[in-house]
This record gives sequence, structure tokens and C-alpha cells, in this order.
Amino acid sequence: MTTRKKKKAANPHPPPPADDALVVIRGLRFSRGPRVIFDGVDLTISRGRVTAIMGPSGSGKTTLLKLIGGQLRPDAGTIKVDGEDVHRLSRDGLYALRRRMGMLFQSGALLTDLDVFENVAYPLREHTGLPEAIIRDIVLMKLEAVGLRGARHLAARELSGGMARRVALARAIALDPMMIMYDEPFTGQDPISLATLAKLVRELNDIIGLTSVVVSHDVAETAAIADYVYVLSGGRVVGKGTPATLARTRSRWVRQFMDGLPDGPVPFHYPAGDYVEDLMTGEEG
Amino acid sequence: MIELLRRLGRGGIGFFQRLGRAHLFLARVLWGLGELYPRPGLVVAQLWSLGVLSLLIILVSGLFVGMVLGLQGYNTLVDFGAEESLGVLVALSLVRELGPVVSALLFAGRAGSALTAEIGLMKATEQLAGMEMMAVDPLRRVVGPRFLAGWLSLPLLAAIFSAMGVLGGYFVGVGLLGVDDGAFWSQMQSKVDLRDDVVNGVIKTIVFGFVVTWIAVFEGYDCVPTSEGVGRATTRTVVHSALAVLALDFVLTALMFNEG
Ligand SMILES: Nc1ncnc2c1ncn2[C@@H]1O[C@H](COP(=O)(O)OP(=O)(O)OP(=O)(O)O)[C@@H](O)[C@H]1O
Ligand SMILES: [Mg+2]
Repeated sequence: MTTRKKKKAANPHPPPPADDALVVIRGLRFSRGPRVIFDGVDLTISRGRVTAIMGPSGSGKTTLLKLIGGQLRPDAGTIKVDGEDVHRLSRDGLYALRRRMGMLFQSGALLTDLDVFENVAYPLREHTGLPEAIIRDIVLMKLEAVGLRGARHLAARELSGGMARRVALARAIALDPMMIMYDEPFTGQDPISLATLAKLVRELNDIIGLTSVVVSHDVAETAAIADYVYVLSGGRVVGKGTPATLARTRSRWVRQFMDGLPDGPVPFHYPAGDYVEDLMTGEEG
Repeated sequence: MIELLRRLGRGGIGFFQRLGRAHLFLARVLWGLGELYPRPGLVVAQLWSLGVLSLLIILVSGLFVGMVLGLQGYNTLVDFGAEESLGVLVALSLVRELGPVVSALLFAGRAGSALTAEIGLMKATEQLAGMEMMAVDPLRRVVGPRFLAGWLSLPLLAAIFSAMGVLGGYFVGVGLLGVDDGAFWSQMQSKVDLRDDVVNGVIKTIVFGFVVTWIAVFEGYDCVPTSEGVGRATTRTVVHSALAVLALDFVLTALMFNEG
């Protein structure tokens, strides 16, 4: 697989300069009902890099990916992908852009009435007129990369959570997109597949020249493969930098998250009223 | 009091918003139907699961409804010595009313509810969102073929229902109760009008098929993406379809058969 990919990588485009931004988010605001999820987020994702987005559970990482993919609409601010404002595009423009983005859903989101092979083949069948033999080769290559070539005849419902996510990963890279957004790719993986997947994410990025956005809680694993890290909390970017600088930072937000400390400025609890009062009043409110 | 008004208002606004969404949804689905032309396989698969798999219930119900009509019709007609007209009575009741209406109700229960549940579950498990991110429009790939197939299926199913009903009526009237065979068919042939009865009946089924399938796919697509939400949406499909079919039937009947 790698050799073929290498040929593809030897395209006329030279490796992009580090400051070449693929995704530019400026002044992003988004709320769900009364709850403000993003309150002025600025974020830049460089082309050809692995950018990690970390943050506590419920801090809006999945929401951010959905905003970038144009599935949600921000209340204010702009999101530009490859120079195009995602939320100003026409429907056709948006779909053309999405064809160049892959997204790995937290739940996998496999089509349950298709088997593993057909799930990976789905985007190829939808978007390319490739002959069956080539589709078969591509699908098997992608499945081999995630270690599931032997599972190609299993129905989607017969997969474990971790396997489903790897199939979803194979599907996300089927069309060789310019950018892939991974929502928690490492959750539910055993140590071996975790290490393999982390390596795969890195290799895909370097060999095909992808841009990768990795959302994860897994601080150590993610820091190991990321070029740049953003830490989200409380609707804002509370820390950013290369993994090395973040490891040395003195910001209490980032420290608490990176070191996994129970006490600190990052709240473990979803916003709530006073605990004792809540227990005493005895009525739902 | 103010609270009550407020709730009424909120309910009203919610209702109209939903109605608006349903129409926008319909417009987008209809707009996307053209894309199905090069991919007939998608529609055929749905014709199978919506139409063919509903056949059994339609066949059996049609037969029984026809038999009941034969029995009841005979009991009434025989008092006037008009039992020869049993064929007309059975055929007209079926073609004008019972065929379209009962098939539509059965279809809503058998196929409509399944449609809602299927689309709703796809939404709840993020399959629809996943398709969108693969640049595949679920309105065109998932909803469109189901809508078209449902719409096409109902008229065919209703025709089969009516045919089975006539056979059921024949079986009871001629076979069991001794109505004259020739009179049964010849009166039916001379009194059932192609345009006034058959075509109008078919128009009804086309309208019902459209409305029932629209309700079913919209409820699925618009449901709250949880198990409870899908369950509620399925119930709503059956209830709303039934009400819509019965109300529309009244309107259509008033428009079509009011020669007086
Ligand atoms: N459909 C929804 N309706 C209302 N609120 C939602 C919805 N989805 C998410 N939220 C809220 O948005 C916030 C951010 O959710 P999101 O899924 O983006 O978190 P996350 O950072 O991905 O968390 P995790 O790491 O646990 O996956 C949460 O507080 C959640 O309660
Ligand atoms: Mg998430």
C-alpha cells in the first residue's frame, strides 16, 4: 500500500509551507439553546499537519468538527476551509467541499444495512465511476491499512465498537481526501490497535499529504503524533502550541488537562446550581 | 390564564413551524427525484420492501372485505329482490371507497410505520449525518427512493385490494348465496364506469399514496433522534396518515361524486 501511495505523493505539489492554513476559524460563537458552547474561538489548522484538538468531555470538540463540516451553523464568526466560507457556500458548493473532507464520527456512523466491504466502497460508488475491480482493490487496501481486510464480509452490526471505528476510518480515507477529521479515533481501542492507529494517522498525513484534525482525550497518544495542539475549555481556546511547548506551559488550565489533575480551573461538572441546595429543595427545577 | 395562552401560542407556532418544515422538506425531496433516473435500482429495492412485502396483508384484507360486502349487500338487496345487483354494489364500494381508503390505512400501518422507523433510526445512529459528510445527500439517496416507491406502490396495492375484494364478493354472493353468475358480472360491467368510478378511485389512491408516504418519510427525518423519539414518530405516522386519508377522502369524494 505504501509504495502505491508514495507514487501518488510524488505529485507536482511541493510540501506546503508551515504557515499555509487550510482551516481558518475566526470569532466563532455557537450556542445550543441557552448554553453557550463557543464564545469567540479563533483557530487555525495548517495544511499538511496533524492538529490535535483536546479538551474535557462536553467542551464542544465534536460540535467544532460538525461546524467545520457545515452540519451546524455558527451564531457568529466565520469558518473557512481551503479559502471557502463553509456557511456561505451553496448546497452544491458545500457538497463539493465535503467530497474533499473525510470525517470519522465518534460513533462510527456505518450504514447498518451494508457489510464492511460495501461500507468502505460506498463513497467510491457514489462519487467515482470506477470499475468494480479497481473499487475492490482500493477497498481492500484501505481495509488492510486498518487491519480488517479479513473482516470484509461481516455485517456492520457484527462489529465491536473499536472495529466499527476502524472500518469508519477506512471509509473516511477511501476517497483520498485533502483533510480528515477524526473524532476520538483512539477510544475503545486496545493498546496494540491504538498504537497502530496512531501510527496510521501520522503516516497517512505524511505520505499522502493529508491534513489531519484529531479530536481526542488521549493526551499522551495524541501529543505523540500531533504537530500542534489546541486545548478547548469553557467555550474558549485555553491553550495552544506544539506538544513540547504545551508540556512546559504554566497555564493552569492546560496543566490540569495535560496532567489529568482532578482539581483546578477546568470543571469536571456540567454547569449546575448549588449542590446542597439542589439536594434540599426536593423538587425538579 | 396568561400561561394557558402562552402555551397555546407556543403550540400553534410549533405546529406551523413543523408544517413549514414539512413543505420545505417535500420540495427538496421532489427536486431531488430527478437524480434517481440513472439509478432505478434504488427505487426498485424500495418497491420491493414497501410494495411487494405489503402484498400479503393487502390480499388477505381485500378478500375478507369483499366477502363481508357480499354478505351484507346480499342481505339488504334480497329484501328488494335486487340481489342480481350484488356485483355492482361490491365493485362500486370497492373501487370508489373501500379499495383506496382501506389500502391506504393498511399501507400506513404496514409500510409507513416501517419507513418512519427506518429513517428515524438512521438519524439516531448518525448514519444520515455520516452520509452528509461523505457528500451524499440523504434526501436524495435515502428519502427520495422511498418516497417515490411508496407513492407508486399504493395505487397498485389498492387495485389488487379491489380485485381481491370483487373475488371475495363473488365467492360469497355467487358461490354461497346463489346469486346468478352471469347477472353478477354483466351488471357490474354495465354499471361501473371507467372514468367516473375507476379513474376517480385511482386518483384517490395516488393522492393517498403521496400523502401517506410524505408523512412517513417526514416523521422519520424530523424525529427526535432517540429511541423514544423514533417510537413517537412511528405512532404519529400511523395516526396522522389515518386522519389525513379519511379527511382527504371526504374532500375528494365531495369533489368527484357529487353529480346529485
Ligand atoms: N444535539 C444536541 N442538543 C443540545 N445540546 C447538545 C447536543 N449535542 C451536544 N450538545 C451539548 O453541546 C456540548 C458539547 O458537546 P460535544 O458533543 O461537542 O462535546 P465533546 O467535546 O465532543 O465531548 P466528548 O469528549 O464527551 O465527546 C455538550 O455540553 C452537550 O451537552
Ligand atoms: Mg465528542
